[in-house]
Amino acid sequence: MLTTHTTRLARGCGALLGLLAVVAVPLPAPAQTLTAAQIIARAQEAFLGAGDDMRAHLTMRLINKGGKERLREMTMLRTDLEGGDQKYFIYFHRPGDVRDMTFMVWTYRGRDDDRWIFLPAVKMVRRLAADDSRSSFVGSDFTYEDISGRDVEADTHTLRGEAPCDAATCYVVESVPLDGKTEYGRKVSWIDTVSFLPVKEEYYDRRGALARVYTADEIREVDGYPTAVRRTMTDVKRGHRTEVVFDDVAYDTGLDEGLFAERSLRRPPADWIK
Amino acid sequence: MAERWPRVIASALVVFAATAGAPGVDAQEVEIHGFVQVNYSLRVADPAPGDPADDFLLGDHRVQLDLGRTSGSGAVRFGTKVDLIHDAITGEADLDLREAHVTFGGDRYDVTLGRQILTWGVGDLVFVNDLFTKDWTALIAGQPLQYLKVGSDAINTNLYLGPVSVQVVAVPFFEPDVLPRGDRLVGYTPFPGLPVAEARPDRRVGNTEVATRVYGYLGGFDVAAYAYRGFWGSPPGMRPDAERVTWFYPELSVYGLSIQGAFASGILSGEVGFYDSQQDSGGRDPSIENSQVRVLIGYQRAFGSDLTLGGQYSAERMLDHSAYRATLPAGVPERDRTRHNLTARVTRTFNYQTSQVSLFVWVSPNDKDFYLNPEFRHSVTDEAWVAVGVNLFGGSEPHTFFGQFDRNDNLYATIRYSF
Repeated sequence: MLTTHTTRLARGCGALLGLLAVVAVPLPAPAQTLTAAQIIARAQEAFLGAGDDMRAHLTMRLINKGGKERLREMTMLRTDLEGGDQKYFIYFHRPGDVRDMTFMVWTYRGRDDDRWIFLPAVKMVRRLAADDSRSSFVGSDFTYEDISGRDVEADTHTLRGEAPCDAATCYVVESVPLDGKTEYGRKVSWIDTVSFLPVKEEYYDRRGALARVYTADEIREVDGYPTAVRRTMTDVKRGHRTEVVFDDVAYDTGLDEGLFAERSLRRPPADWIK
Repeated sequence: MAERWPRVIASALVVFAATAGAPGVDAQEVEIHGFVQVNYSLRVADPAPGDPADDFLLGDHRVQLDLGRTSGSGAVRFGTKVDLIHDAITGEADLDLREAHVTFGGDRYDVTLGRQILTWGVGDLVFVNDLFTKDWTALIAGQPLQYLKVGSDAINTNLYLGPVSVQVVAVPFFEPDVLPRGDRLVGYTPFPGLPVAEARPDRRVGNTEVATRVYGYLGGFDVAAYAYRGFWGSPPGMRPDAERVTWFYPELSVYGLSIQGAFASGILSGEVGFYDSQQDSGGRDPSIENSQVRVLIGYQRAFGSDLTLGGQYSAERMLDHSAYRATLPAGVPERDRTRHNLTARVTRTFNYQTSQVSLFVWVSPNDKDFYLNPEFRHSVTDEAWVAVGVNLFGGSEPHTFFGQFDRNDNLYATIRYSF
């Protein structure tokens, strides 16, 4: 596991190499040939699809206007399938009221995701109805879509240029939903030109007012993949924010796709849920 | 009674010691959770002559201890849930072993032995193929939903065969549903004034209930087939004589199917079950339920960030209605061939899902009865929630499914602290 420092060093080296390339061979850098949609696709891959699979322990702090906090603690498992589909499994450790609750999503490109929830009190597995871009994930500022992705084709993407962001350079991409159902009217993303991780995202409502802001607060390289291990989503209008810490992150763990099934909802895989 | 407390506490200590102190089990690794809950329910309907005089339906104080441990390799797990209960109305203490089970298994199978809560099917409070024991008095009186389900002492075997899974549950000792008997909750009886006696199936191996589910994922839908062999848990058969009415549990087989999946931005559910009333195949025995077909179709959808709407249509259709009519004793009200039911559930959350207002409505257009349950629930902190709600029952006739509970209308409140 590398530190932020090393990532910065790597970025610095990358930038230096880039500079040398520009000085030595005056050709456009390959990244410049990327379209806005390609940048978003690579950002989604870096943000939600790094490695073939992932395991992480998440701590979500839900903080309201008055500073009052609520905590959600969970283990998340993810595996990637061919063609960009993914399967997610989430086990809730805390708070006590949702302990042992499990949640599973099979995401698809181009059609509605399948979602299941297991309610331990009644031992019932049910499909979960949710509005992707609006329904809050467990009361946080993140929507279901923020957790498990949105089809790249669902928006029109425009590259607004490049801008410095933190210690790096970012593509600035504006995305406008094609349908009228999506919560936001416009999203502006700052995407690191090296790691392709979104560093910041601004969601504007349909009247053009800033509604939510996402920031990657700490990016660390884990198993070779840059990972936003601390991230925040702020609801600007309501003064509420959700801070998420990813720890115990591991990629390419060899998770069996068969784990993502009703069996695990009812009886979480002990080896993976620590 | 107060003298029962030492026994309850002793039992709890035994449970705790057995789990935490057993050889080879490190007490540090036993997960201890649970909750403390206070649950009151106040009758708001006027009682009729002969009804229980008490205003309170619930004065329930309880601690649930939830102990569990998974062996280091994850191969074996035990779980127990014990409720220590103090009923403030009677002053009695009680202990309810809700769950106590051991699970072991491998890649392709697992087996859970012991007392466990089992639920399947796709309905929202409408059960077609789920014939596991239910405590309807808990629902009617205003206990949290989880108390609708009662543990079954079962052998639960699961086979995972890739695209298809098979679950076989064997329950050696049949336990019928808990229904109102006029002691605290009132319900309709065609035999007023007669005390209820009960005749359960003999404790014979041949009387083991067997419930099977074969399920898989097909074309975006969860598809399941069910088969059940056991007994009518509710309604029971009723046999009156001069001194008492005896509730008994006739043999029943049920075969069914269910589907559930994403459809039109929501969730579509469908379930059907054929109830074969083994001891009344011609439908001519008035003390035993007719064979039936039960169907359910439901749809649920989220609108925006905080609103979820759901609706269901369900029906129970008697298969030998003319035989039923021909043999119906004088004075017993006649039921329609089909009972139609419509339900709706509206759930609206507020303040980042910390508060929730919900309304559940169940009406039968032909039996002309209803059940209404508005509820407000608020999470005070991550650990504590309070809920206040009303259960209202009614109907134009006193013998229909919900009409009979009219005088149990109640206002309930629950506070729970989880740890």
